[in-house]
This record gives sequence, C-alpha cells and structure tokens, in this order.
Amino acid sequence: MINERVLNTLIALLLLVVPLFAWQLDEPFIITLATKAAILALAGVGLNLALGYGGLVSFGHATFFGLGGYTMGILASHAQSFTPIMESPFLIDGTKSMPIIWLVAIVISAFVAFIIGLLSLRTTGVYFIMVTLAFGQMLYYFSISWPAYGGEDGLSIYVRNEFPGLNTLDPIQFFGICYVLLMVVIFFMSKLNSSSFGLALNSARQNSERVQTVGISPFRLQLVAFTISGAVTGLAGALFADLNRFISPTMFSWHTSGEIMVFIILGGAARLYGPVAGAAIFILLEHVLGGLSEFWHIFLGAILLLVVLFAKGGLIGSVSKKAASHG
Amino acid sequence: MSTILLIEQFLNGIQFGVMLFLMAAGLTLIFGVMGLINLAHGSLYMIGAFAAATVASLTGSFLLAIIASVVAAAVFGAIVEFSILRRLYDRDHLDQVLATFALILIFSEGTRWLFGSFPLYLDVPEALSGTVVLLGDIQYSRYRLAIIFIGLLVAVGLYLLISKTRVGMRIRAGENDREMIGALGIDISKLYTWVFALGAGLAGLAGALVGAIQSVQVGMGEPVLILAFVVIVIGGIGSIKGAFIGSLLVGLTDTLGRVLLPIAFSTFMESSAATSVASSLSSMLIYLLMAGVLLLKPSGLFGRAPS
Amino acid sequence: MGNVILDVRNIHKQFGALKASDGISLDLRQGEIHALIGPNGAGKSTLIAQIAGRLKPDSGCVHFLDQDISLKSTAQRANLGLGRTFQVSALAMENTVLENVVLGALGKRGKVFSFFKSVMHDKNLLSQARATLERVQLIDDSNRITAELSHGQRRQLEVAVALTLAPKAFLMDEPMAGMGAEGSKKLTKLLRQLKQDAPILLVEHDMDAVFALADRISVLVYGKIIATGSVDEIRSNPDVRKAYLGDEEAT
Repeated sequence: MINERVLNTLIALLLLVVPLFAWQLDEPFIITLATKAAILALAGVGLNLALGYGGLVSFGHATFFGLGGYTMGILASHAQSFTPIMESPFLIDGTKSMPIIWLVAIVISAFVAFIIGLLSLRTTGVYFIMVTLAFGQMLYYFSISWPAYGGEDGLSIYVRNEFPGLNTLDPIQFFGICYVLLMVVIFFMSKLNSSSFGLALNSARQNSERVQTVGISPFRLQLVAFTISGAVTGLAGALFADLNRFISPTMFSWHTSGEIMVFIILGGAARLYGPVAGAAIFILLEHVLGGLSEFWHIFLGAILLLVVLFAKGGLIGSVSKKAASHG
Repeated sequence: MSTILLIEQFLNGIQFGVMLFLMAAGLTLIFGVMGLINLAHGSLYMIGAFAAATVASLTGSFLLAIIASVVAAAVFGAIVEFSILRRLYDRDHLDQVLATFALILIFSEGTRWLFGSFPLYLDVPEALSGTVVLLGDIQYSRYRLAIIFIGLLVAVGLYLLISKTRVGMRIRAGENDREMIGALGIDISKLYTWVFALGAGLAGLAGALVGAIQSVQVGMGEPVLILAFVVIVIGGIGSIKGAFIGSLLVGLTDTLGRVLLPIAFSTFMESSAATSVASSLSSMLIYLLMAGVLLLKPSGLFGRAPS
Repeated sequence: MGNVILDVRNIHKQFGALKASDGISLDLRQGEIHALIGPNGAGKSTLIAQIAGRLKPDSGCVHFLDQDISLKSTAQRANLGLGRTFQVSALAMENTVLENVVLGALGKRGKVFSFFKSVMHDKNLLSQARATLERVQLIDDSNRITAELSHGQRRQLEVAVALTLAPKAFLMDEPMAGMGAEGSKKLTKLLRQLKQDAPILLVEHDMDAVFALADRISVLVYGKIIATGSVDEIRSNPDVRKAYLGDEEAT
C-alpha cells in the first residue's frame, strides 16, 4: 500500500515528465496525447466533485463539456470572420483570447449547471441519473438542429486561440497551459474538500438525514457542488475544443458523459487524483488497444466491467488505502 | 394545414408512442422488480433488429423474422442477466450505470465487428405494405397501423399478465418487497431471469418493428433508450401504466411538435428563420415536457413518492 | 413543572387505511424526561418523524418554543434547537468521530459555504466538538473512523453530535436499543445529566430504563395516546396494563 499523497505526486510528475521527454525527443504526437489526458482529467476533476464527493451520479456532464467547447467555437469563429456575435441591444464581438474564452465558458457552464441542478436535484437516485442524461441529450439535439455553428457537421477553428506571452501552437507550450490549469483546479479542489463546505458535502453523501439534523440543507450544498462541478468541466470543454481546433455535437453526446464517468471509475472516485489517473489510463488504452484493433471499445468495455465488478476504488483505491480526507 | 394531414401525424405520434412503450415497459419493469437501471436495454433493441434482418434475408419470412427478434433478444437478455447483471442488483446505481455502459460498448462494437458498419434493411412484408383508407378518406400506412395494433395488444397483454396471473402477482410482490417474495417461497432468481427476458423480448420486438421503417444499424438503440428514460421519468419509475401514458405523451409531443411548431412560427416570422428556430425548439420539446412534469411531480405522473 | 417547550397538538397522519397518528397531543416541559412507549407498530416512529420534520402531518400542528414549526424543514427545526438521535445510527460512517462532531458544531455556527479555510483547523469548532466528546466519554476515540465504533459508541456519538447543537429539546429514538447492560447504565446516567440542559422526549423499549429515567410517560397504542402520567400512575393504570404491559409479560 502506497500513501495516497506520494501516489498523487507521482501521478502529477509522470504527467509532466512524459511530455517533457517527448519534447526533447521531438515527438509532438506524444505531447498531444498528454495534453488530451490533462484536459480530459480536468473534465473528470469537475465531475468528481459532484459524483465522487457529492454522490450525485450525473450522467449529463457532456452538457458542460459541450457548452465549454461551443463557447470557444462561437467566440473564436466570430473573431475569425470579423463578424460580431450580436449588435443589438449591445455589441458583442468574438475573441481569440484564451483567458476571456475560459472565463465565458466557466460562467456559462456554471449558469446552466445551476439551472439543471435546480431542476434535477428535486429528484434522487435513478431519477437523477436519467434526468441529467435527458438534459444532456436536449443540448445534443439542439446543437445538431441549430445550423448557425455547423449543426451536425461541427465547426473548425483554423488557428488556435492566443494566450499572452506564449505561442499556443507550440505543442509543449499548449500542454503547459493545460497542465497548469489542471494543477490549479486540483489545488482548489483539495482546499474545497477540507473546508466546511467539503465536510458538509461529504457528510451529506454518506447520510443526508445526518446533515439535515444538524441544521444544514443538503439541497443547497449539492446545488453549489453541481454548479462548481459543471463550471470546471466547461473549462475543460473549452480547452478540448482548442486542442482539436474543432467542435461538434459529439462533445454533447451521452458517450462523452459516460467516458468522463469512466475516467473517475478507472482512477478512483472521491480521490483527488482519481480522474487524472483514470484519464491517463484511458488515453493509454485508446492508443495501445486502438493500435491493435479497430474494435478496441470491446476491450475497454471488458476492462470497465471488470473494474466495476471486482476492483471498486479504481487504480488509486487498489494501491492506496483511503487517506483521512481532512487533517 | 389540412385535418387529414393532422390526423395522419397524430397516428404517427401514436405509432412512435407505442414503440417507445415496448422499450419503456421493459425498462420500468426491470427497475421496479430488480432495482436495476439497465442502459444496455438499447442493445437488446439493436440485437432484435439484427436478428430480424438476418432471419428475413435467410428465409424471406417477415413473421419468422419477428419471432426471431423476440427470441434472440430474450435469450440474449437472459444470458446476460444470468452471467453478469444479477451481480449488480445489490450494487449502487453508479455501478449499475457503469457496468451496463460497459456492456453497451461491448455489444455495439461486437455487432459492428460481426455485421460491419453498413446498415441492413428489413423489408415491410407484402401483406402489410401500402396504405389503408380510414374513415373520412384518410390514407394511412398499413404497416404503421399494424405497429399501433401490436403495441396496444402488448399493453393489454402486460396489463393482464401483471394484474390477473400468478406470475404477475409475484412481480407485484417483488416490486413491493424483495424480502417478502423470498418469504413466499418463490424462487426469486428464476423470477428475475424471466422478468428480464420478458423486458428484453419486448425491446427486441420494438427493434425489429422499427427496423422495417428505418434501417438496422449499430447504435440504433441508444436514442430510443434515452427517449424511453424520458418516458419513465415522466410516467413514474416502476409503473407500467405510467410508461404507457408517458410513451403516448412523448410520442405525440415529439411528432406533432415537429409538424406544428414550424407552422406556428411562420405566422409571425420569416419562413427560413421560422424553420430553423422551430426545428431547434421541436428537438427540445420532450425534454421541456419532462422538466415541466418534474417541476410539478418530482417522482413522475404515476410514481410513488419516496418515503 | 416547567414551561412547555414542545407541544404536539392533535396531529393526524394516515397511510392508506392505516391511521398511524390518530389525534395525538403531547407536550414536553423544561427539565423533564418524557418517555413515549408503546408496542411495535403503535406509530412511534411516525410521530417522531413528524416532530423532527421528515413527515408532515395531515392535520394538527407541532409547536416548539411557542412557534408553529409544522411546515418547517428538518434543517430549519434543527436550527431552532431541536436535537435528535436516531434509532438506526445516522452518522457519516466513513468520517472520523471528530469530523462527525465538528459537523454538528458547524451546523450550529452556520457559515457552511466557506471554501478555503480548513474546517478541521478551526479552533472554535474543534474546542466545542472536543468538549462534547469529553462529555460522552468518546474523546479517546476522536480519530477513529466511525464505522469502526461499537454499537454503543455510535449511540454515544449520536448524543454528542446532538449536544453540539446546544439544543433546547432532545428527541431520542430508542437510544438504548441494542446496548449491553453496562452501556445502558452509562447512557442512563448521561441522559439524567442532559435533562438539566434541555428536556428529552424519549422513545424507548427498555422498560427498566424508562421507569428509572422518566418523569412522565405517555403510552401510544394504535396511533392514540391512551394514558399520560408519572411512572407510578402508568404502572397502575389498568388500560395500560391490558394494552401494553400485559402483552409484554405474555411474551
């Protein structure tokens, strides 16, 4: 058994060192894979707050991933074509600036997560799963049937967005941006988890009645958790769109929601670095198995099934005992 | 818009609704009795359609194809229940969701591996092709009418099965109290396998029936599965009656929304804009319906409120 | 006797054909332990659920500190000073003992939505939490995971969490259930001290404990209170003997 903190440090270092080596060896493809892992990890870190710590099994986090992606796509496509997004009642222009795009993606995702949370947290258990899934599908079909930004075909953004002082087209620099954002968010999550809010949220997951009996409303805790969770996954969506320089309704699809869940389960739910380990494993499997067979999803399904049936706790849960979450 | 067209679309909505009912009935039954949320229900729909298409192309008989779809999905469902899913009944919903998501990956890719990515086609049989004339000179597809008929037949059959037979009594007992049913001396694991096979068979039947209107291809079950979820959220989980009412509501809302919204919007908007706004909105209509039901009744129209 | 703290007025609750509460009235006064007894299925849990806020009565109302709380949520009632313990321990089992008590202190203090300060380093919360653990003699187990505690210790912890709220009344649902003789004795002593802080409405099966502790006893049978009175009055009440104690002797 390895101490969870040591394991976390190892995972964080590994995700940093691999692309640095690839950079030295001039292997940009590996840097891109690592970037993808970091971004998907960020999406998972967002979901982990709701699902792992809050016990809210959201099957609709693709909604926020897609919203982040489309925020980037819409802002950047208007900047690219020098047309304003709207002129009345006031003028809104597109932008190619990453920080502004991130901010807008976070605000929009948080707002939609708040609305969806408000509705779906009225339900529990299996209803919650289905309702979040259904809202995700709603946006998926909307993105398909809305012709302005590519509809079913998606939309390409030809040049990666800009970050002051960096060349974002250089793979290692873009990786750096994504990695730093991931670490900042993980730091924020670790703070959150040991705060009053974290204690109350964790307790509400374990026993909702206990929390009510000490005078705290679980609904408000869960709504805040769901909102923050959606915002983080939305940020990841904006980065993912920038990585591919392409957005499409697939970002909203329920397969995406399922995959974000899979990262958490492969790595370990309610573990700070669970989604990071999980996303890295996922990318590795996709690359290795995908190279062996066109039908690699069969193997992914089999592995996932085995983990759910026999290895609850995922990678981190299997090699590291649960550390006290506070103290 | 003419009344005739409206009636035709209304019937289309009913047809879509009864098809959703075949899916939703199984899902809600399986959840009600075993407490399992089964995402792989859409795969059983797909398996039914593929079985039907294969048998139809080998034998040329539509009737055999339909029988094959029910049998293949039921047998397949029973095998999966027996080997994997029964380990999940006592697990939390997250595990159930993930394990059945894993099954979808396996089944979908497995089917693609066996049959390839190109769609198969299942022809409507001679006897059911063409149109019939309904009262008032309405021409309507004979095949779609047959689907409505079969769907209603299944609904009545399920109602009789559950309210009038011994098996139904056991199912109702299982829904109320899983320990009680054990105490009644009923072999519970056998009952579970039968209930699962029944739900799977209905999904397979739906897949085959729809396969003749649309094409038979990998992934065809997933959109239907999610609509079936919307149906049982609206109707109330575990309630067959709720599934029936919910199916018709969703079927009619979706079908009529797609027809009526563009007309409604074109009365006050320029036509191309009206088309695009209406098509976006109509694709979201049933989800808005679901949100509305949830606001009023969080456990669905016929669901039991959690104690 | 002291002022009325909690006042249940003529509440009714029906599930289908079953009248679980059939016009129940009872009160809890400052300084007393008021025990509620009755055979299984008499409707004790339903009554407690309506007082605590998990169920709403069909008719009638619950007053607490001269305020109608019938429509308030469980959390609001807790904030007003209703502390409760459960029949089946409701604790955050994966958390440590100390974390469970800190949660109580946090609920009392409010300001739950603080995202950056480490809650387990908050001196005020910690000192309150430790004081209550001292009181129930669990301080040596502070850092154990709650799931590892014995049944009796969980009961003590429930009391400790309720204590952190500095409640104006306690609602205790079978605190003695499943405890050994030694544990019951310890808890009896603790409850006797606690009633100085706040009165206790005690649902209990353990008759020895009830007769040793209660200032007043109410007997609930089929959703109705058939008698309320002192220990001696209840012991000698013929209806009670017939409906309840008689049953007990027969089994």
